[in-house]
Amino acid sequence: MFNNSINNQADRRLNFLLLIVASATGLLLAIIILFLLNESWPFFANRWRDGTWLQLFYGQSWYPLESQFGMAPMILSSLAVTVGAVVLALPLGLGSAIYLQFYASPRWAQSFRLLLNVLAGIPSVVFGLWGLTRLVPLITSWQPPGASLLAAILVLTLMILPTIALTSASALASVPRELLAGSMALGLRRNSQILHIFLPAARSGISSGVLLATARALGETLAVLMVAGNVVQNPSGLFEPVRVLTANIALEMAYAMGDHRASLFASGLLLTMLVWLLSWFAHRVVRAHKQALQYG
Amino acid sequence: MIKALASAIVLLSAVLNLALAQADNRQLTLTGSSTIAPLAMEIAKRYESQHPDVRIDVQMGGSSRGINDTRMGLADIGMVSRPLKSTEQDLTPFQIAMDGIGIILHKSNAVTALSDAQIIDIYTGKINNWQKLGAADLPITVVNKAEGRSTLELFLHYFSLKNSQIKAQVVIGENQQGIKTVAGNPGAIGYVSIGTAEYEQALGTPIKLLPMAGQVATVASVAQGAYPLSRQLNLVVKAKPEGLVKNFINFAQSAEVKDLIVAQFFVAPFSNSIKSGVAGE
Repeated sequence: MFNNSINNQADRRLNFLLLIVASATGLLLAIIILFLLNESWPFFANRWRDGTWLQLFYGQSWYPLESQFGMAPMILSSLAVTVGAVVLALPLGLGSAIYLQFYASPRWAQSFRLLLNVLAGIPSVVFGLWGLTRLVPLITSWQPPGASLLAAILVLTLMILPTIALTSASALASVPRELLAGSMALGLRRNSQILHIFLPAARSGISSGVLLATARALGETLAVLMVAGNVVQNPSGLFEPVRVLTANIALEMAYAMGDHRASLFASGLLLTMLVWLLSWFAHRVVRAHKQALQYG
Repeated sequence: MIKALASAIVLLSAVLNLALAQADNRQLTLTGSSTIAPLAMEIAKRYESQHPDVRIDVQMGGSSRGINDTRMGLADIGMVSRPLKSTEQDLTPFQIAMDGIGIILHKSNAVTALSDAQIIDIYTGKINNWQKLGAADLPITVVNKAEGRSTLELFLHYFSLKNSQIKAQVVIGENQQGIKTVAGNPGAIGYVSIGTAEYEQALGTPIKLLPMAGQVATVASVAQGAYPLSRQLNLVVKAKPEGLVKNFINFAQSAEVKDLIVAQFFVAPFSNSIKSGVAGE
């Protein structure tokens, strides 16, 4: 359908321009990674020299001014908060999308979609402030200290819910109409159509929405910082305070010096790699699914 | 990126100006305490805007670096967030501000005063319920500051604690976050800059400041030097200040920078020029 031959002056110019724009994007990413590596290098070098660099991954205590740099509790907390929020937001978001796409009357669907868009547009600091002044005191009156893994999960769930709902809705909307016609011709009921035809067909769109939401949850800083309690410890219970990697950087960067500062850049590098790993994994899932559809 | 670019440009222009600047005594270097550095940067910015030909470079590295660099002549002015020791009498200090922190509780808490020993027991987890201190049966939520913050440093220094000994339930960054955390939790105890706490209390936020060693926790009390949980913020020089150095120190001690001191939640010394209640943002 498309070929790459460029035989027109204007096309050639556009091609050149787009090439520059695209490589600038790539270059920017490369510069950011190099910057992170460069800034965290003294930390890795010093830890390598005194043989404690593996403590980064299994050390339990984070007292950078006393030269203890264990990041394991924060890595686990980041994962726990993210998984918790996705597990809560996925059924809610998917349910909203199905309702929006199949059951809501057109007028309702419109206002519901508007509501989701507003929810998606609320700045994270507002969620954080709401969590700190309303949600946390509520949890405190039940299970002190209130600032906890649970508070972080609930705030994050609200934040990623619209992402999941809106991307899932558009994935469901883009399922080929032939499938709908076919399923109707077979006399399938509405719920079997949704469960066995639409959801499987829209799977790759839904999973890329979930990935987007997961990356946002993993990278969210301010809202989590305000409600999670920020104590460096393993996430052992829903009512225990935890500190995530992003919050750690935001809390300590302004006043950190020397190895402490470099260790924060190291945790930034770690976070970047986590997000990469996640997107690579999701990419594999989506590709495998597409291949299965093609050849299955 | 923009920051790096900006600093590259600043660096470049600094290099270009170097010959001129050194001949003209138009460049000033400050190093030392990371507590004072943000304030010094603000003061330097204002000084530069009034004297466009002057370049002031502020670097962090702790009070001891400030002492060393000033002695070695690497910096014109050192920033030291404590009084000078007896071994440091070769340097001359000029106090620009005070830093004071207050212990805060929720307003509904019946406790009206805590001894130093009780505060240490609470922060190390030996006392974990207000009942043991004669108040309601409520678990204590210990609010601590994140590592590297100057308020944490002063708190630890005053109570001779190490941060790893503290058993906190909530760790916070900014003072405001600490005040909101305590205001939303009847069992919480925290410590923040006195300026911020006094300001919020006046606005009706449900917190209360505890007296320390019999001294009320107010900006005025810190300014007079009576309140114990406080320290001096000093600029130090090696020789008798002259020219630009003298001008800058005079400027940093003048009424022109009081608003900058207050905005950083520090206390301007010698209470005649500052009224409590304007502290905070």
